[in-house]
Amino acid sequence: MIHSLFLINCSGDIFLEKHWKSVVSQSVCDYFFEAQEKAIDVENVPPVISTPHHYLISIYRDKIFFVSVIQTEVPPLFVIEFLHRVADTFQDYFGECSETAIKDNVVIVYELLEEMLDNGFPLATESNILKELIKPPTILRSVVNSITGSSNVGDTLPTGQLSNIPWRRAGVKYTNNEAYFDVIEEIDAIIDKSGSTVFAEIQGVIDSCIKLSGMPDLSLSFMNPRLLDDVSFHPCIRFKRWESERVLSFIPPDGNFRLISYRVSSQNLVAIPVYVKHMISFKENTSSGRFDVTIGPKQNMGKTVEGVVMTVHMPKAVLNMNLTATQGSYTFDPVTKVLTWDVGKITPQKLPNLKGMVNLQSGAPKPEENPSLNIQFKIQQLAISGLKVNRLDMYGEKYKPFKGVKYITKAGKFQVRT
Amino acid sequence: MTDSKYFTTTKKGEIFELKAELNSDKKEKKKEAVKKVIASMTVGKDVSALFPDVVNCMQTDNLELKKLVYLYLMNYAKSQPDMAIMAVNTFVKDCEDPNPLIRALAVRTMGCIRVDKITEYLCEPLRKCLKDEDPYVRKTAAVCVAKLHDINAQLVEDQGFLDTLKDLISDSNPMVVANAVAALSEIAESHPSSNLLDLNPQSINKLLTALNECTEWGQIFILDCLANYMPKDDREAQSICERVTPRLSHANSAVVLSAVKVLMKFMEMLSKDLDYYGTLLKKLAPPLVTLLSAEPELQYVALRNINLIVQKRPEILKHEMKVFFVKYNDPIYVKLEKLDIMIRLASQANIAQVLAELKEYATEVDVDFVRKAVRAIGRCAIKVEQSAERCVSTLLDLIQTKVNYVVQEAIVVIKDIFRKYPNKYESVIATLCENLDSLDEPEARAAMIWIVGEYAERIDNADELLESFLEGFHDESTQVQLQLLTAIVKLFLKKPTETQELVQQVLSLATQDSDNPDLRDRGYIYWRLLSTDPVAAKEVVLAEKPLISEETDLIEPTLLDELICYIGTLASVYHKPPSAFVEGSRGVVHKGLPPRTGSIESPESPDTAPAGGPAADQPAVIPTQGDLLGDLLNLDLGPPVSGPPMATSTVQMGAVDLLGGGLDTLIGGSGSFTAAPSTTAATNVGAALGSGLGDLFDLTGGVGTLSGSYVAPKTVWLPAMKAKGLEISGTFSRQVGSISMDLVLTNKALQVMSDFAIQFNRNSFGLAPAAPLQVHAPLAPNQSVEISLPLNTVGSVMKMDPLNNLQVAVKNNIDVFYFSTLYPLHILFVEDGKMERQMFLATWKDIPNENETQFQIKDCSLSADAVSSKLQGSNIFTIAKRNVEGQDMLYQSLKLTNGIWVLAELRIQPSNPSFMDLELSLKCRAPEVSQYIYQAYETILKN
Repeated sequence: MIHSLFLINCSGDIFLEKHWKSVVSQSVCDYFFEAQEKAIDVENVPPVISTPHHYLISIYRDKIFFVSVIQTEVPPLFVIEFLHRVADTFQDYFGECSETAIKDNVVIVYELLEEMLDNGFPLATESNILKELIKPPTILRSVVNSITGSSNVGDTLPTGQLSNIPWRRAGVKYTNNEAYFDVIEEIDAIIDKSGSTVFAEIQGVIDSCIKLSGMPDLSLSFMNPRLLDDVSFHPCIRFKRWESERVLSFIPPDGNFRLISYRVSSQNLVAIPVYVKHMISFKENTSSGRFDVTIGPKQNMGKTVEGVVMTVHMPKAVLNMNLTATQGSYTFDPVTKVLTWDVGKITPQKLPNLKGMVNLQSGAPKPEENPSLNIQFKIQQLAISGLKVNRLDMYGEKYKPFKGVKYITKAGKFQVRT
Repeated sequence: MTDSKYFTTTKKGEIFELKAELNSDKKEKKKEAVKKVIASMTVGKDVSALFPDVVNCMQTDNLELKKLVYLYLMNYAKSQPDMAIMAVNTFVKDCEDPNPLIRALAVRTMGCIRVDKITEYLCEPLRKCLKDEDPYVRKTAAVCVAKLHDINAQLVEDQGFLDTLKDLISDSNPMVVANAVAALSEIAESHPSSNLLDLNPQSINKLLTALNECTEWGQIFILDCLANYMPKDDREAQSICERVTPRLSHANSAVVLSAVKVLMKFMEMLSKDLDYYGTLLKKLAPPLVTLLSAEPELQYVALRNINLIVQKRPEILKHEMKVFFVKYNDPIYVKLEKLDIMIRLASQANIAQVLAELKEYATEVDVDFVRKAVRAIGRCAIKVEQSAERCVSTLLDLIQTKVNYVVQEAIVVIKDIFRKYPNKYESVIATLCENLDSLDEPEARAAMIWIVGEYAERIDNADELLESFLEGFHDESTQVQLQLLTAIVKLFLKKPTETQELVQQVLSLATQDSDNPDLRDRGYIYWRLLSTDPVAAKEVVLAEKPLISEETDLIEPTLLDELICYIGTLASVYHKPPSAFVEGSRGVVHKGLPPRTGSIESPESPDTAPAGGPAADQPAVIPTQGDLLGDLLNLDLGPPVSGPPMATSTVQMGAVDLLGGGLDTLIGGSGSFTAAPSTTAATNVGAALGSGLGDLFDLTGGVGTLSGSYVAPKTVWLPAMKAKGLEISGTFSRQVGSISMDLVLTNKALQVMSDFAIQFNRNSFGLAPAAPLQVHAPLAPNQSVEISLPLNTVGSVMKMDPLNNLQVAVKNNIDVFYFSTLYPLHILFVEDGKMERQMFLATWKDIPNENETQFQIKDCSLSADAVSSKLQGSNIFTIAKRNVEGQDMLYQSLKLTNGIWVLAELRIQPSNPSFMDLELSLKCRAPEVSQYIYQAYETILKN
């Protein structure tokens, strides 16, 4: 099981360590640093590293490495999932998962880690339960605590801990009862040089914010549930009901949570909302090149494509770029060689265009690789897969809740090859 | 007001200050002080000096303070065991607290204090807590048993905690069940022999019920535990699968993968004809694909596992190729894994897409990735024949880019393509030769040298090319040196006249100037080969190479089956069984897939896999490590090979002979080689080579005269395909009155074979094994063994058709195999088959004329005397010789083991100056044998 955890920042300082069994020396992290050095880029550090006596399983989140030490055969996914859960919890408690936030709340962090894992076995990882055990810090509470001497550690057994619905605590009360659902779809796509789709799929999630009193029993139905054939559910969803009726039936956790995540593939179904016209070329001897990119809307169901940002990792030989944007602004970082063009909204009448000259290192050979264009965009009020919520019913409670559904489509890993 | 303030006291008297604060009367100040202590602890600062002061704060009603003190205790108790005792009373008292949270906290913390004295006091509270009315306390106590076991295993057993823990598997609360399972699994891991998790259908049912209700982590423990269960039949397997399937839709990827493990394992027991089997296959694909949209670290582990799954059951993901396409911002470790799986899934249907992608990747920035992409193109060519041409042209395009590492990789894979499709793409050699100078990596150089050597006859300046490599011979890596040696020897055998000097040069470089024993050995072996028997040298060195197999680097099937049982674990990430890397003396039980049970399937069904794994329907792959023989035969460069059975078997026999004879000469005749190489070797080389060359040009001189009965070369009797990897070839021989069956057993499967036995069916002459088949050591994969099985003729007799048909059954640990073969009749000719002249005449007359049969043997190149002596070797005795009208007449007799006499009259008439026609008249009381006697004559005389 999980033996120890080290938190390491990008400059290689171990700023927190926690041991659930015997103490493992910090020197075990040297193997990790070695791997980090070899990987050059922080993102390329392999997640599983073996050392003579331990295994190091790590994740990289928000500029922090969470490095766990294990000694016996443990499912690595279990460890990785747990580490992400730790990071999620920090995010949840402190509003951000950063070195400063963790250092500022080091005692709470320690208490949390102790609560989350016992002897390496996960104990309480649901945010609801943790929050009953250890109250999140607020300015008000710390003031109150310092005056009254009370603590921010709950001294009763959390109610959800053992019930059949560990995700919900009892006795929830709201004056305004609300239930909101955000259907968020991300398009992952690879578009080749000629503009045809090599690969495309939609990663969708339904994130919910439920503030309902008591023990509401909800059921959510869709106009077209057939779209959802590859779904992962929050544990609250009754699987049998979905299998037989294609209805999401559940007693929700209190607050924000991810209800389902789903995947829609099959190329024909995935509409690609933008197209990119590009001309990037480097000349052999003049140590310069041309760059010309235009972005236009396509298959956007009549909605506006906004928040468009294009990032390009230019080849190493590129020294500088001299471009003109008809819309938005661009920056080029000569150190990382990343070109970022913040386009904004696309208006079909006047398509945004970015063009100009590329300066190469003199004497360097013509770059072989063709940079990929990474596009981000957002479309409000649209789920690109066509998924539509039909209705939400509530049972078990008498009040009438306020209900709302929002749709949004975004670019996920959307890249255009040139 | 943040906790960072706790770090600010870095003055000299920090510990002293803290001490004062800890002993303060004010609660608030105490708590702040403990927090400061904890903060220092978190960053690895040593605050153990404060132990007594912190422990003093333990007696408090404030839960937060209590927890903080406990945190401190857990960290430092070990270093201050005597002090830690002070805390025991408080623990014991807390275990009786009315608040379950405090009871659980106390028992939990006590378990974490790894001090023997404390554990003694722990037993009683723990026993109570295991039976606590509150499930929260019980589940905490369950984990505590595992902690205690880790500290003092004997104590846990003596106190009977293990039985209590087993009882908790039937607890009413699913979380308690899950934790009990987790604790037991952890304990069981350190005691592989104990039957802690002895599961039966009842407990399985309880686990399955708990599975639906416990937390995600509990589900993982339960699923991993279920995976170790062996259902009693396919019905039970199916019902477990049905109840596990919903876990595939869980949001926690570890739950999903553990569920996949259970399903993959139990699927093995289901019949493929079952509808449910197909449904299950379909259900497995989406969750696996979904794992690929998670965080990169999860993707990596998932991909490593998918790699196993696609090898075991390629059908699951065969339509999902596109999800493995690489995105440019994937981390490198994800990219490399995706590439691997893309090749595994490549098929004729999707090869165009795959190639287009690979070509795209070959222009990326990351060198490792580009290399692997280029290599992947080669692997596609080998795997999907239809695409080979396109792959080759893609590779040529890439070579044109002149990007150094791309060119080198391309050359390495083109070499494999040549091996796979001989005589098809050699036209590109010219292009390859252009890039000779740019190669600086050993593998690429070695590949290029192999190509030059292999196709020396088509490359005009092959000798110049190889000579250019020879200049820096000592600076090359071993791989290149070995390859260069072999290539030059090949060149010499192909173009002996022009390259004598070159071969002498390389042989002396390899044998005298090198410290590398491999290189020296290979040099000597070639040298000896060339000097003793150049014909054999040619046969060995230029032997037709076995084709390389379609799939390279597949995991060996038995290992794969074991790894499937470890899906989701570290073993699946490393693709090694835990025994290969789990630390220490902890024994590991080898897991295996359950055998398919046959309640539905009929046992005769041809696709029924043998117990232990479906080895038979897996593609045969030979493990990567090149064996010595392969090495010698210049097979070392290529990826694993699986060759046509014939080629390998003859080649191996050759090699064995070579070692026998060659070593003798080394020790006996040419001992000077080793004795004083520096002085005499140079002249010896010349001499040896000279005679070698002479032999080489005098191909016919090498036929030796046979002593003893003629022995036909071995032929394959039982091809490996028909016998689950066992190949049998053999022949029959007769020497000094005893008949033997000379067998070569070759193991072409991937598992070890043992327990060989042989049996004959009844046959015409009562042939039977005189001794059991003795194979002393189990036959490892890719190994072969030669056995001479003595035969006698006292077995039961049954007339066969044809008469010399012999039906044989061979058994090994895998199965029983049957084959039949024809034996030459001359092995039955006995030594006392010479008839007295008088007797001969009388018998000849006595046998009626209708029993006489006549045969023609055409184009025999032997004279009458030669015929006579050759036949005598096989116990056909010449009684008289006459010359009638310029034709030689031989009168001969022979006797079969069963006492039948056969008389023969052989008329030798010259048909043209160098060849004779023989006319054979046979007389025998049992005329049905005549036909076979004639065949025996013919084989003896023609060979």
